[in-house]
Amino acid sequence: MNALREILALLRLYSQQFKTTFASMVQYRISLFIWMISQILEPLVYLIVWSTVSNSSGGSVGGYTARGFAAYYLVLMLVNQFTYTWIMWEYEYRVRQGLLSFALLKPVHPIHSDISDNLSSKIITLPILMFVAAGLALIFKPTAAFNWWAGLVFIPALILAFLVRFLIEWTLALAAFWTTRVNAINQVYFILMLFLAGQIAPLTLFPNWLQIVADILPFRWMLGFPVELLLGRLSHAQALLGLAAQFAWVIISLVLIRVIWRAGVRVYSAVGA
Amino acid sequence: MTEPAIHLHELCKTYRVPERESGMGAALKSLFHRRMQDIKAVDRLTFDLSPGEIVGFLGPNGAGKTTTLKMLSGLLHPTGGEGTVLGSIPWKRERPFLRQITLVMGQRNQLVWDIPAADSFELNRVIYRLSSTDFRHTLNELTELLDLGPLLKKPVRNLSLGERMKCEIAAALLHRPQVVFLDEPTIGLDVTMQRRIRAFIAEYNRRSGATVLLTSHYMADVAALCKRVIVIHHGRLLFDGDLSALVQQFTAHKTIVVQLEDCHADLHTYGEVINCEDGRFTLRVPKAQTAHVTERLLADLPVIDLLVEDPPIEEVIDQVFTQEAA
Repeated sequence: MNALREILALLRLYSQQFKTTFASMVQYRISLFIWMISQILEPLVYLIVWSTVSNSSGGSVGGYTARGFAAYYLVLMLVNQFTYTWIMWEYEYRVRQGLLSFALLKPVHPIHSDISDNLSSKIITLPILMFVAAGLALIFKPTAAFNWWAGLVFIPALILAFLVRFLIEWTLALAAFWTTRVNAINQVYFILMLFLAGQIAPLTLFPNWLQIVADILPFRWMLGFPVELLLGRLSHAQALLGLAAQFAWVIISLVLIRVIWRAGVRVYSAVGA
Repeated sequence: MTEPAIHLHELCKTYRVPERESGMGAALKSLFHRRMQDIKAVDRLTFDLSPGEIVGFLGPNGAGKTTTLKMLSGLLHPTGGEGTVLGSIPWKRERPFLRQITLVMGQRNQLVWDIPAADSFELNRVIYRLSSTDFRHTLNELTELLDLGPLLKKPVRNLSLGERMKCEIAAALLHRPQVVFLDEPTIGLDVTMQRRIRAFIAEYNRRSGATVLLTSHYMADVAALCKRVIVIHHGRLLFDGDLSALVQQFTAHKTIVVQLEDCHADLHTYGEVINCEDGRFTLRVPKAQTAHVTERLLADLPVIDLLVEDPPIEEVIDQVFTQEAA
């Protein structure tokens, strides 16, 4: 009964946060538009580069044809949009401006407004990006070995990818409690993300040892894995193993958040809020 | 004896800050070896507030007022001593405690910048889990008291400083907190708006019975709202008691204003002449001699009018701090 009341209260919070996020976002239509262009351009550049490489090396690189790359990067664009967060910059700003004090005064864990804020902005931006991806599909004519089974498993994989990425980035964002130089940490993170999540190239194009590293670290499970899954490039065993890895990372990051959040608040409340 | 709403016993907060001299050499040295310095922001502070009291918390910049308020609202962990607010230990930040208090910081904003205040209020409604009826009721009351009507639908960034402060205060009170910490709620506001906010705080306290601890640099705020004041300096308690007793305790002088027929009289034998204008003389005399000097003035001179006053409260406070520094 109590748990149910908690959930209902959180749902109300999430739906109210959606209205707030929506109202804030429409205030900045132009910057939203520019930001979406950058979200589209990055995978588009990789797509064009890899298609060219693939065409000039006999029609295929590492098992991807030009149209295979098109499928990979269009799906990646959407998955990236779905799992993307900006919390690491946000936190640095919050700590610096003392905004966190207000969050700490509220009788609810601040992660909830962040989750709902992120989900809300996705509900708003995803339809636009899907429309763009559909347009690009007409130009680049992607092909993939899509099958229904993969499509079905893709949905939990996508949700888990969002959770892993959100929780890991939220944990990393807490670095702002200890240092004002969060940008350096963010840079390292984005480089790792670029190579190990399958952004700069599909992971199967990398040497074997690097693929093993990618399997151990969380990055692949935030982005590359659901993409490969939807394109039908994974066996059933690989897909199930992937879901297990994602699940494990959710648990690991939840534990990390709990520990680091407490330590961070202790530091914040020791040195001056 | 009712239980105090706020209770502090020997509360301490010491910050450790890196100490560094200026210059390249010192910068390099600090890379390897950091010398830390302890700054006592709050030093064994002890006081109690009864439920429903409005108390002015005074002290110069850096005296430890904000640090104390932050400890009492759970944002800061003390380094020593104890404190309870409504029976809870604030820095545990338990939810039932957080639902009963509020902290308004005059220099910071909690409202979302780009959307109307009404939307931020709705967000607070779900965060504090207020029922629609209670929320409507409180919001109507606050709207009436603070005259928020025309402000609620405008994006916060389009509001003036005073208008924004009114909305900030409303946002902080929607959950009807029983303990209200106000840190410089009138800072930067014009006199009319200051008076408005002041009247509101008094009315809110009367209606809700909430305990209010208020810091302000404007003595008018304190004089209008607080019977009792707590003065701290360098983190230590200097005075705790009635505002009028503060004046008694810390002023060694009284001001005597005499109106004479004779504009050219020389009164320096009676006391220090601070001002003289058209036969109206302002004298400063040691408190103990007030009666004697008054008697002499009346006996010796053709006095039309005579007035004995305490010096203005700002002057008293200023004296308190300079005395302490000396």
